[in-house]
Amino acid sequence: MSDQVHVGVRVNARVYQAEVDARMALVDFLRDHLGLTGTNMGCEQGVCGACTVLVDGISVLSCLMLAVQADGAEVMTVEGLALDGGLHPLQEAFWEKQGLQCGFCTPGMLLRGYEILVENPDPTATEVREKIAGNLCRCTGYQFIIESILEAASRMRAEATSG
Amino acid sequence: MKSAPFTYHAPRTLGEALVLKRELGDQARVLAGGQSLMPLMHLRLATPAHLIDINRIDELNYIRTADGHLVIGALTRQMEAMSSVVVAEKSPLLKETIGLVGHAQIRHRGTIAGSVAHADPSAEIPATLLAMGGELVARSASDERLVGAADFFLGPFTTALSEDEIITEVRVPVWPEGTGSAFLELSRIYHGFPVVGVAALVHLSDGRIDRAAVALCGMSGTAIRAPGAEQVLVGSEPTVDLVAEAGKAAVAGFDPPGDVHGSGEYRRKVGRAYVRRTLQAAFDRAGGGR
Repeated sequence: MSDQVHVGVRVNARVYQAEVDARMALVDFLRDHLGLTGTNMGCEQGVCGACTVLVDGISVLSCLMLAVQADGAEVMTVEGLALDGGLHPLQEAFWEKQGLQCGFCTPGMLLRGYEILVENPDPTATEVREKIAGNLCRCTGYQFIIESILEAASRMRAEATSG
Repeated sequence: MKSAPFTYHAPRTLGEALVLKRELGDQARVLAGGQSLMPLMHLRLATPAHLIDINRIDELNYIRTADGHLVIGALTRQMEAMSSVVVAEKSPLLKETIGLVGHAQIRHRGTIAGSVAHADPSAEIPATLLAMGGELVARSASDERLVGAADFFLGPFTTALSEDEIITEVRVPVWPEGTGSAFLELSRIYHGFPVVGVAALVHLSDGRIDRAAVALCGMSGTAIRAPGAEQVLVGSEPTVDLVAEAGKAAVAGFDPPGDVHGSGEYRRKVGRAYVRRTLQAAFDRAGGGR
């Protein structure tokens, strides 16, 4: 026996309605129900940050939030970063600066990076290092990730002033 | 692993939530930020038959001051409190403490009251609440009571909350002008749970300490006050020797448990050093206002 609940949620500007188990975590809803497998699930305990998505613009761990709790909310996943088909400046910078190796932490890193740059378009390396503390990466040693986020920041600032 | 099935309730008002809690008792857990409860459920260390999700109860989300207290609703997120100018002014210690809890994603969802209700013996917020002389408002469908932090934490993950009660508010007294405070911790990983953490407040009057409070986390089954240190401090002038003596006195009566993060003896040594350092930081701040 499991409680069925209704979820109506906007994910990456698209509205979804579904009936799901009350116990379904948001990350499982995104991956298994909506087929948005860009969001990875690592630890399922709020330790690794791999499942980071933005809910109403704020980074959360989608493994520690129930799908039903996102009812009425706006969710952004990594699929939403590049909606027009091209890569987001953050993704371009991660690509060019080798901000990833295995890639498992990358969707979470990108969304946390996106939030960091929304909060402050011109952060220092130390600030970025401090602010990605909730996202574990076992490959890169973080250095290239930090450089990638700083490179993206610089490109986004240039775009903002030219646009 | 996925959590065991449960029946989900999402009341819109506190009244509805309290009626549910009265009906369901210990069959139901209250879900606030979920940053501690959800991991426990995924590990099936907690398998509640019912979840009462209070996230849609807007009336529980507030920060205000009343009767010389900073008053924070049960749904107020740690990040909101951390960036609140009211909290920064009325309780710099609480602000500093929250900055040490988890990382940004945890603080975006996690609540202050939730951390208190979870009562992890290593958690920072209970220690600060204890040091400040904080209180909790516990409501049931028929009653409301004020529980002092000193009476609230009974053991690891165990509190004085009855099964029909919900914490609705956290209250911390505003310490007067001339107070210095600090929270320092030793943590194995950045923003992880501390091995030992220390909350300290000192108030100076004419160069002498007339009020002092020290509490530690990670040293016992609950956050714990260090009356030995407080006795050493009150009535004296703050000196390097005094804070060293207070550090020694703080841990004199403690017999902390050992675990993979450190033996009991190690914790005592860390506690002693961190009480000293935290008090030093608090005194430095008391000198320059709060």
